[in-house]
Amino acid sequence: MNFELSEEQEMLKNSVARFVQDHYGIDKRKAILAGDRGFSTENWQIFSELGWLSIPFNEASGGFGGNAVDIMVLMEELGKGLVSEPYLATVLLFGSLVQALGTPEQKADLLRRVMAGELQGAFAWLERHSRFDLDDINTSATPSAEAWLLNGEKTVVFNGADADQLLVSARDSGDAAEIALFLVDANAAGVSRQAYRLMDGQLVANIRLVQAPASRLGSGGNAFTAMQAQVDAATLALCAEALGIMQYLQESTVEYARTRHQFGAPIGSFQALQHRLVETFMSCEQTRSMLYRAVCSTQEQSRQRQRDLHALKMMVARNGKLVGSEAIQIHGGMGLTDELPIGHYVKRLMMINTSFGNGDYHREKFVELGA
Amino acid sequence: MDTRFTKQEIAFREEARLFFAEAYTSDFKPRYEAADYRQWQIDWQKVLYERGWAAPGWPREYGGPGWTPTQRYIFEAERANADAPDVIPFGLKMAGPTIYTSGNEAQKAYFLPRILKSEDWWCQGYSETGAGSDLAALKTRAVADGDDYIVNGAKIWTTYAHYADWIFCLVRTSSEGKPQQGISFLLIDMTSPGIKVNPIITLDGQHSLNEVEFHEVRVPKANRIGEENKGWTYAKALLMHERTGIAGLANSMRGLAQLREMAATERHGGRPLLENPSFRHRLADVEVELLALEFTELRVLSTLAAGAAPGPESSLLKIKGTEIQQALQELSMEAAGYYQGVLTDERGKDDSGHPFGGAVRQQYMYGRAATVYAGSNEVQKNIIAKAVLGLA
Repeated sequence: MNFELSEEQEMLKNSVARFVQDHYGIDKRKAILAGDRGFSTENWQIFSELGWLSIPFNEASGGFGGNAVDIMVLMEELGKGLVSEPYLATVLLFGSLVQALGTPEQKADLLRRVMAGELQGAFAWLERHSRFDLDDINTSATPSAEAWLLNGEKTVVFNGADADQLLVSARDSGDAAEIALFLVDANAAGVSRQAYRLMDGQLVANIRLVQAPASRLGSGGNAFTAMQAQVDAATLALCAEALGIMQYLQESTVEYARTRHQFGAPIGSFQALQHRLVETFMSCEQTRSMLYRAVCSTQEQSRQRQRDLHALKMMVARNGKLVGSEAIQIHGGMGLTDELPIGHYVKRLMMINTSFGNGDYHREKFVELGA
Repeated sequence: MDTRFTKQEIAFREEARLFFAEAYTSDFKPRYEAADYRQWQIDWQKVLYERGWAAPGWPREYGGPGWTPTQRYIFEAERANADAPDVIPFGLKMAGPTIYTSGNEAQKAYFLPRILKSEDWWCQGYSETGAGSDLAALKTRAVADGDDYIVNGAKIWTTYAHYADWIFCLVRTSSEGKPQQGISFLLIDMTSPGIKVNPIITLDGQHSLNEVEFHEVRVPKANRIGEENKGWTYAKALLMHERTGIAGLANSMRGLAQLREMAATERHGGRPLLENPSFRHRLADVEVELLALEFTELRVLSTLAAGAAPGPESSLLKIKGTEIQQALQELSMEAAGYYQGVLTDERGKDDSGHPFGGAVRQQYMYGRAATVYAGSNEVQKNIIAKAVLGLA
């Protein structure tokens, strides 16, 4: 039984923390988000140079072959810094799906470019009606002489506005209408993108596909299982980011309560606030425990792994909401301002809550799995 | 980071499982069916002693098994899964650790073997009518008289004082300085002249709690733990030990499984209650908290050497653990429907024909104590606020 990080993981943690210290901060973040891409090209190059873009890919593909703990360490620190570079979209979704399903040629080409920081990717699955169901999609793929042709519309595509390559889920033309993934050049004819921003500042896009030329990722067969597995891994990573955010909110709120004076005393000396800060402290600790549990069970059988992941997402939803709303409340009027980082962290936490299923969704899934 | 059991740990789990299967037989019926609960509990603890497993947390030199935290965790889980009773904590988990940590050689030599063998039943003399959450306000006085103290005062909420051979007590030996500075830690023979035990009947209709009066009770100074007026320090260390066990995770895990079985047999709208969306969603919320707390406990345990007490994070375990216990008890009551009201006799029997209504009522009612005892959950929050968050 050990909960220690390895020496390499400690180094990774320190390295991300140092990056955040040097390159982030609420004003720098605002400037980055206001740019055309919604993230910093220079930062992305630093990610590449530090090897972060290679972590989840196996050694055969030229990556580090990192595990769930490595990703957790990285994402928690990125969360603490409220880093907005599209690591989730390009590396954990696009890249991991290519690695899981791609042909050797696709992997060699695409992963090399991802790791070099030259390629931005996006995973386009959501449609207007899908809500949280990965398999509730209508986009169709029809074979033609030269390529597959895609028709449909994808929405809220993370990094969809900036991506060079899109991975689009669609139903193939066979009798079973199986779900497959298709690679689409984002600038190809038949692809039109409408970009917009979410409350956490990220730039997303709706993507219309009209006879859009595509190539199939991998050599055929139903891609749904692999797709679900990669989405699960990305969800776990998102929860680590959420914990980093919660940790930041908790620490800054405690610090604020220690320094803000009212009635001639620090407000943190009042028991009404102390007990609430203890509740949020316990919520953070419980979420950390659940994260560790889910990370450790990635080595277990699929049912156990699924159960722990659903439990984690439920807990992030419930505890994240508590920690976020208490942070705003205890900061008082200042908690409402755009100037303080608090609100920005809370908004990111809210987007994470609704990404890949909110608390209610995961509770239903958890219950369906039984004891 | 890796929480998988080693080969040795898996082997140990099998060993523990086998032990409970063989040792906790029909000779040891559930508590409420036993004719003489005190003797039944002692008999069970002697079985554990014979195996060398009565005191999982004790270091080897004092007769403990010298287990790693992981082994203790496994042992506790197997005990609960076998529905085998926990030991009474006052001797094995409280007096014992205090004596081997802060007692002198003579005290260790006399008391520790007797505690291990369950030859003495212990109780805890902390709270008083005027000293509950504010424990340091206690007034029971010990005045020096030659080689003895003369003790006067009263303790309250003393669990199983009516069964006890010994009581460990916090008494006031000085009014100088801060209230915490004038307290001493005494071990008192319950057969001493001048001790009177008055029963307190609780919401469950049972007699577990008592008031213990001390009238001119003579206690040898040799029965004082450590230095005079330093009792608060020893008591605080003991409370840390007490709080860890109090999370009661293994019991809650088992309780959750039993609750599922109950909800599968009760009907709601013509279907098993367990299929009712509202019920199972509430069950899921409790279970998730429990799954997380199991890892919180493992995180705390993994930092501990054998026999050591955890720090203020044990307060978190106490708060969350008791909240979960009560949430499970509440859901069990709801599962029982009308039968949650069934009253039982002293042996837990009733004539309702319902399999668990009376039992869950009893557990629910007595279970209200969990968020109060061992430092109320509000006091635990004060501890975390001060010691962990640095708020003052």
